Amino acid sequence: MTLDLLRFTTAGSVDDGKSTLIGRLLYDTKQVFEDQLEHVEAASERRGGEGSLDLALLTDGLRAEREQGITIDVAYRYFATPKRRFIIADCPGHRQYTRNMVTGASTADLAVILLDARRGVLEQSKRHAFISALLGIPHLVVAVNKMDLVDYSQERFEELVAEFEGFAQKLNGVTTNGTSPSRGRDIAYMPISALNGDNVVERSQAMTWHDGPTLLELLEQVEVAYDHPYDRPARFPVQWVIRPTATVATGGNTASGTATVNGTSSNGNGGVATVGDYRGYAGQLASGALRKGDEVTVLPSGRTTKIAAIDTFDGELEEAMAPMSLTLRLEDELDVSRGETICGPQEAPTVARELEADVCWMAERPLGPGGRYVIKHTTRSATAVVDAITDHVDVDTLERAAPPAELALNDIGRVRLRTSAPLVFDPYASNRRTGSFILIDEASNETVGAGMIAAPT
Amino acid sequence: MSVAARSQLSHLRALESEAIHVMREVAAELEKPVLLFSGGKDSIVLLRLAEKAFRPAPFPFPLMHVDTGHNFPEVIEFRDRRVAELGERLIVASVQESIDSGRAVEETGPRASRNRLQTVTLLDALAEHGFDAAFGGARRDEERARAKERMFSFRDDFGQWDPKNQRPELWNLYNGRIKQGENVRVFPLSNWTELDVWEYIDQEGLEVPSIYFAHEREVFGRDGMLYAWREGAELIEGEQVTRETVRYRTVGDMTCTGGVRSQAATLEEVVTEIAATRITERGETRADDRVTEAAMEDRKKAGYF
Repeated sequence: MTLDLLRFTTAGSVDDGKSTLIGRLLYDTKQVFEDQLEHVEAASERRGGEGSLDLALLTDGLRAEREQGITIDVAYRYFATPKRRFIIADCPGHRQYTRNMVTGASTADLAVILLDARRGVLEQSKRHAFISALLGIPHLVVAVNKMDLVDYSQERFEELVAEFEGFAQKLNGVTTNGTSPSRGRDIAYMPISALNGDNVVERSQAMTWHDGPTLLELLEQVEVAYDHPYDRPARFPVQWVIRPTATVATGGNTASGTATVNGTSSNGNGGVATVGDYRGYAGQLASGALRKGDEVTVLPSGRTTKIAAIDTFDGELEEAMAPMSLTLRLEDELDVSRGETICGPQEAPTVARELEADVCWMAERPLGPGGRYVIKHTTRSATAVVDAITDHVDVDTLERAAPPAELALNDIGRVRLRTSAPLVFDPYASNRRTGSFILIDEASNETVGAGMIAAPT
Repeated sequence: MSVAARSQLSHLRALESEAIHVMREVAAELEKPVLLFSGGKDSIVLLRLAEKAFRPAPFPFPLMHVDTGHNFPEVIEFRDRRVAELGERLIVASVQESIDSGRAVEETGPRASRNRLQTVTLLDALAEHGFDAAFGGARRDEERARAKERMFSFRDDFGQWDPKNQRPELWNLYNGRIKQGENVRVFPLSNWTELDVWEYIDQEGLEVPSIYFAHEREVFGRDGMLYAWREGAELIEGEQVTRETVRYRTVGDMTCTGGVRSQAATLEEVVTEIAATRITERGETRADDRVTEAAMEDRKKAGYF
């Protein structure tokens, strides 16, 4: 599948050149508007003196970030080339921002891991690579930056490639859950200078020894099928039941100070069944494809029926594939509700009230056995209780270690949960949408954990 | 069409599907949402996405417009016509009434604008109707503070945005849980760019207000922008009203929205112009964002859209 939209993530701190790299990508693909450039020119001159242009300033967002020269939160950047549209999740790289990195990585198809050619494979790059692998990002690009500061040395580049390869072996050992052996992960290495633009968009004149693509060429070519794999079994979590006959709340009474404009009733160009009898199950196809007439099973209830119609506002479809948003009509009146999953005839998902998952903890108050949270998984919310923490990954050394008593902020560990209602899931490694969940604090409503469901052992 | 052939899902279809998913999540998880409809291009797209998400049923929420009283008449006419076509309910929250009731104080002088006052009217209207979620058409490519904002943007009971304390937003799992008095602004178009919006309008054959296309209008130049002349506008010495062929890239309050010289009179010409433009829409046409480097961040912290 060659989706013409690629979501990728970058992580790092100011000094490894991440912001400069993004600035360079935007600048060299001519995505920087004149008024933005004026801003950056003015700010560069205020800091660096006349004539200086610091492309890193293009990615500054909040006032505090500009004042302190750091990245606090995930920022999203957009650029396009004639071949593809790109969404960059630009994340801070320090340990205390692990949760932001996890957030950025959760929707990415590719991760750019930055190395400083002088300093080698540092903690931060390792952490980012680890999180990318854990979150199941199938493509890693290791960009060895600041090649200009090591005289564009091929020898140095190859040294770093060898070093990272050694580390990548370890990565595979520790994140068996995060990637599927059947789909694997690829790693590309790229010598660049974000400062001078070598091998970012333009081919480097100083590193003719590198015969691979430039970073942009690679971003344009990489295959994207991960997030909504259409070759996987069909999973359709029901979001919303469309029943036009039902009374639909449309807000409160019009009080003084407002006026109401009432129009005549008319429906869109959908051209669907008689409104009175209509009952459609609306949602987004998480994976796979569905055809009109397909036999489907509604889980967790286990009832089976056939697809009577696949509706969209633009008319009926004979078949649909992930990640389309659709409305399904079923042949039998089953009274399906939000939180249930309509599954295709292929291999069935797991339906269970117990599961094991790698959890990245995102809150100050630690997670410990006995902890109660709201779990949101696909479109279902339930209560989850922590049975046990079964192991712990040291994000810095990448060792799976004995289980700690609790998971602290930014910790990642394997957790066993029980839920108040059955969940319909697949291992995260084979299905990102039906294998992921969030944990929510019942009292504060904060999102406190991100979970990736492990394959049954 | 085979699955293989349709696997070439266009980026617009992918963005559309994501936005529909977000709208249905809000309808399912929040008590009383509202959709902010200004008659501008982004909220026009929101309405089409709501049709795609909820038809053949009525929308599970009303529409609301925060009317500064200084809107382009063409836009108000369009707004009412579009709402009537859809058969949905529109609530108009009036800045003039906020001023009349003493809730907001009008700025004075030639640079007076009601842009800032909209926040008061918006927050009052959300509270009055008990809305706990408001869909807006904001996009992250618009402005640097918006680039950091989540799809679900939480506001405390003062309507304030706290950019340093945002909920992590993972996969497509949105946490819409709030407490009494809090509300959430939801931006289904977060990942869209200005060009995406225009291409989508073109693809869907959506009507937009006429001011988006090149037309002749009486304008005056100020701070490098062309403002529409309207009855009651105050000129600063040296400013002159002239007739120009302009179009608008954004639709806002007449007092702070500038036009651009353009000959783009059709949708196709507008798309071509946007694809080639070298200036952001807010930098080119919105005085409200030019005040300081962090103008938008400050307004959002105070409860702005």
